[in-house]
Amino acid sequence: MGLAIPRSQLEAVQRHGEQTYPHECCGLLLGSIAEGGGDDGVRRIAEAYAMRNANEATPHNRFDFDPKEHLAAQRAARERGLEIVGFYHSHPDHPAQPSQYDLDHAAWPGYSYLIVSIQRGRAAERDGANSFELAEDRSRFLPEPIEIL
Amino acid sequence: MPVKVFIPTPLRPFVDRQAAVEAEGRDVGEVLENIVRAHPQLRGHLFQADGQLRSFVNVYLNDEDIRYTGSGQTPVKSSDTLSIVPSIAGGSSPAARCC
Repeated sequence: MGLAIPRSQLEAVQRHGEQTYPHECCGLLLGSIAEGGGDDGVRRIAEAYAMRNANEATPHNRFDFDPKEHLAAQRAARERGLEIVGFYHSHPDHPAQPSQYDLDHAAWPGYSYLIVSIQRGRAAERDGANSFELAEDRSRFLPEPIEIL
Repeated sequence: MPVKVFIPTPLRPFVDRQAAVEAEGRDVGEVLENIVRAHPQLRGHLFQADGQLRSFVNVYLNDEDIRYTGSGQTPVKSSDTLSIVPSIAGGSSPAARCC
């Protein structure tokens, strides 16, 4: 499968991570899923939708969505004719690789899980953004290609 | 009159790619059961083997989390909507199994 994201939206994710540093940022990836053709199944992002990190206890290495805010975001996406096709969050001073905690708390397969690394307050320039999909048996994350539009 | 249930994107392949489905029922439990009977592939994605909702699956009746309104016994009426909202959480370290 894979993720196709406009450069402006990937940069918006990175800026969000820089703004919330040293805390994790989080958000939704809104768009659609390509059907047919060579990019069948690719999750095409129209907009990175920032959410509030509702984890007040340990926001430097944990994030979570407030469920009612997530419900409101679902409605906002519907009103704009967009689907929630994935989620993003940042890892302050950690690599853009999924943790065991990420795996334990993943939702369903079929979403893109985008992680950006923010190093000392700045988006990492090398290996700074990676996207993953959850294996069908939920045992691991599988890296997926990112096409920057 | 049926109740409308909004379906998250990853589960739409199991309901013929529909963004929402409708089902009859007197309460939330009946509506959800009727939907998974009509679309059996959905069951394992919403429910545990013991019939309880999976731990990360939240169900909202209009704006209310059904945990606080009677769970599956929450009564519904035809103008209601059900939303399936996954709990989303994560964070850095330790490293997960990947690739």
